[in-house]
Amino acid sequence: MDSALSGRPPGPGRPDRVGYLPDPEQTLMKLVVAGPFGVGKTTFIRTLSEIPTLHTEEAMTETGAPVDDLAGLPGKSTTTVAVDFGRLTLPGEVVLYMFGTPGQRRFFPLWQDIARGALGALVLADTRRLADSFEIMDMVEEQGLPYAVAVNRFPESPAHPPEVLRAHLDLHPATPLVLCDARERGSSLDALIALTEHVLHGLPPSAPEQS
Amino acid sequence: MTAVPRRRMVPAYLATGGRARAGADGFERLTVLFATGAEQPEALTELEAEHRRLWELLRPGALTVVEAAAHLRLPVSATVFLAADLVEAGCLHARAPIPRAQQTDRSLVERLLVGLRTLR
Repeated sequence: MDSALSGRPPGPGRPDRVGYLPDPEQTLMKLVVAGPFGVGKTTFIRTLSEIPTLHTEEAMTETGAPVDDLAGLPGKSTTTVAVDFGRLTLPGEVVLYMFGTPGQRRFFPLWQDIARGALGALVLADTRRLADSFEIMDMVEEQGLPYAVAVNRFPESPAHPPEVLRAHLDLHPATPLVLCDARERGSSLDALIALTEHVLHGLPPSAPEQS
Repeated sequence: MTAVPRRRMVPAYLATGGRARAGADGFERLTVLFATGAEQPEALTELEAEHRRLWELLRPGALTVVEAAAHLRLPVSATVFLAADLVEAGCLHARAPIPRAQQTDRSLVERLLVGLRTLR
């Protein structure tokens, strides 16, 4: 992982440490990296990002509470959530932004806002707690985003054959399932390639040239 | 992603001059911002300190809205308001993430796939 970042100045803030876009005419694309807390979203993004990972703090109004619970209270509470992201410049004037998005239903409005315009989602899962990824899978499906599931291999996580994992996750046969190590660049790239191939399969074939 | 219990450094209503505005439509997280050629735009003197911070950040090169927000430790929404003011004042250019509107989804995703495979 560190080899991917070698030579990059650490820490944002000062202009000499800001990773400016080399060419303002590049094409910028967005993927979201989603999953429950602690599943490795930030690690995944840090492994691939060419800039030190950045984060924005997003104010969230909690809308999930039942109305009765708010009786006599001053109103809905606001939470601040940090959203990590990173950037990867690819050959061919393409810059890929990866956003780590919250996996809980109560953050659905924020998730929708971040996911708008994204080409797809990579849902991370941990074999010790596969069910923790169900909520985000539901949200991705509601958003209509194509997605792949990447099982992040932690050393202490039990290993299961892919068909067992697919059954536990109740995956659609067409949804890719990959095993990855979010600390490892090649493995993380493979997960993104599997997702991107899946996104491409879901798009209509190129229309003939119009004249 | 982690929950952050502390207050943000600059409340959004301060960073945006205490008003909502309509000029921010069309901006999103990946809108690219870059400074116009003007060395020290006159309009800057009439704008708030937060506007100047954004402009100073973007003088050396281009960044997306979300990167500028992260570097300035401002919410994305506040950064959009500041950027819209600076575009209106002629200090910044803003452009959409996909420069050529005629590109199809398919050609975009194909370019992404080729790029990722090249890195592999």
